[in-house]
Amino acid sequence: MSSNGSVSKNTETVKRGLAQMLKGGVIMDVVTAEQARIAEDAGAAAVMALERVPADIRADGGVARMADPEKVLEIQAAVTIPVMAKCRIGHFVEAEVLQALGVDYIDESEVLTPADEEHHVAKSGFDVPFVCGCRNLGEALRRIGEGAAMVRTKGEAGTGDVVEAVRHMRRVMSELRQIQHMRPDELFAYAKEIQAPLNLVEEAAELGRMPVVNFAAGGIATPSDAALMMRLGSDGNFVGSGIFKSGDPAQRARAIVEATTNFEDSALVAEVSRNLGEPMVGIANSSLQPEEMLAGRGW
Amino acid sequence: MSVRIGVLALQGDFAEHGAMLGRLDAEPVEVRQVSDMHGIAGLIIPGGESTTIGKLMERYGFRQPIRDLAQAGKPIWGTCAGLILMARDVGRCQPLLNLLDISVERNAFGRQTDSFETDLEIEGIGGDPFPAVFIRAPVVRAVGPGVQVLSRLEDGTIVAVRRGRLFGTAFHPELTGDTRLHASFVEMARHA
Repeated sequence: MSSNGSVSKNTETVKRGLAQMLKGGVIMDVVTAEQARIAEDAGAAAVMALERVPADIRADGGVARMADPEKVLEIQAAVTIPVMAKCRIGHFVEAEVLQALGVDYIDESEVLTPADEEHHVAKSGFDVPFVCGCRNLGEALRRIGEGAAMVRTKGEAGTGDVVEAVRHMRRVMSELRQIQHMRPDELFAYAKEIQAPLNLVEEAAELGRMPVVNFAAGGIATPSDAALMMRLGSDGNFVGSGIFKSGDPAQRARAIVEATTNFEDSALVAEVSRNLGEPMVGIANSSLQPEEMLAGRGW
Repeated sequence: MSVRIGVLALQGDFAEHGAMLGRLDAEPVEVRQVSDMHGIAGLIIPGGESTTIGKLMERYGFRQPIRDLAQAGKPIWGTCAGLILMARDVGRCQPLLNLLDISVERNAFGRQTDSFETDLEIEGIGGDPFPAVFIRAPVVRAVGPGVQVLSRLEDGTIVAVRRGRLFGTAFHPELTGDTRLHASFVEMARHA
């Protein structure tokens, strides 16, 4: 009746495992301890600690960086659920700083201004797990190859327009369906075509799904948006500006949590969507110039 | 005969539990509403975030039906967040089922970078030690009368408990390839 095994920390099982515990849940962007408490009370499975939500990053312009460590610590002290934080693409020192702060997950995120235009962070070497954005299967598997323990669609953050998240999730799910029917020799050629590690293409084909948990992100603003992403095959949702840029954040947050759990129950989604107040104003993606799109950052 | 086992599917790794049950002679049923509990021979409360699952459980009126299931002698097993939800006390205010007379400390090992894997001896599970995955895991700090301790870490910390047909584990058997705990739960449900 006693343990006789040695202890191993920071294994792939443990890193990917935390993402598995977040499935079916909503991860909410917060910029203060007060917002973090509202998110936890509403049923968030985790929070993302940020300096500014993506809608403000878009509006303010300038360089978007990792949050002030003081802010991360305040948010960690305010809640018991996991706290994630974003570092710039390729900025491995920001990542080390966030790891030193004890965040539970790092998002190497295109929402912040990239620090390196050729290299993503070598994530396998970290003790803390990483989540990264993707627009297609190749991009997702490249990030997993670098050590990401969770992926999400990029979508188009800070717009409140779900169209890019839908495009990316459909693309990823469709490519996952295609590879399940490929012969081994076709998988070699396909791995080369999508510039993804062959072993991960083979693993995804064998599993019939992404080898790690795959959330939706970027433009989710309503309970129906959240349910739509789940219906398209997402394992859960990140909601950024959509909650704290809306008229009644607490009520909207609860409604998005319920719609993510009961995504197949349209009557329930209708019920929780009633009288939610103003959603975030939003920017239609079709009105953005190519250089204003965040999803093109990273490769 | 295949036996129907409910897996509370409000949030968390319910699909992983379903996959384990699917490898055994059991039919997993995802429970999102109280009506989904009809005809189940046992219930698993999965890993996830205990605050999220607890709030949804309360909102959808699960507390009494789950307590009734326990009262009817059907087995219930909570893993990690599920163990927290089955506790009497977790040292803070959050919705709990109060099915097991235990005090639980959440995130007892620290943050995610303190999560770990180890092998455990578990009372009633023969053969090799059991592979145990602890993720931001809770531990049991105190047990009331009648609660049996099934497993401890080397330092004596309690990580698995049982009272009658109610079980709680601080770790995640559903994240391993080892079906022994799920198999013994299914067998208990079949004969309950």
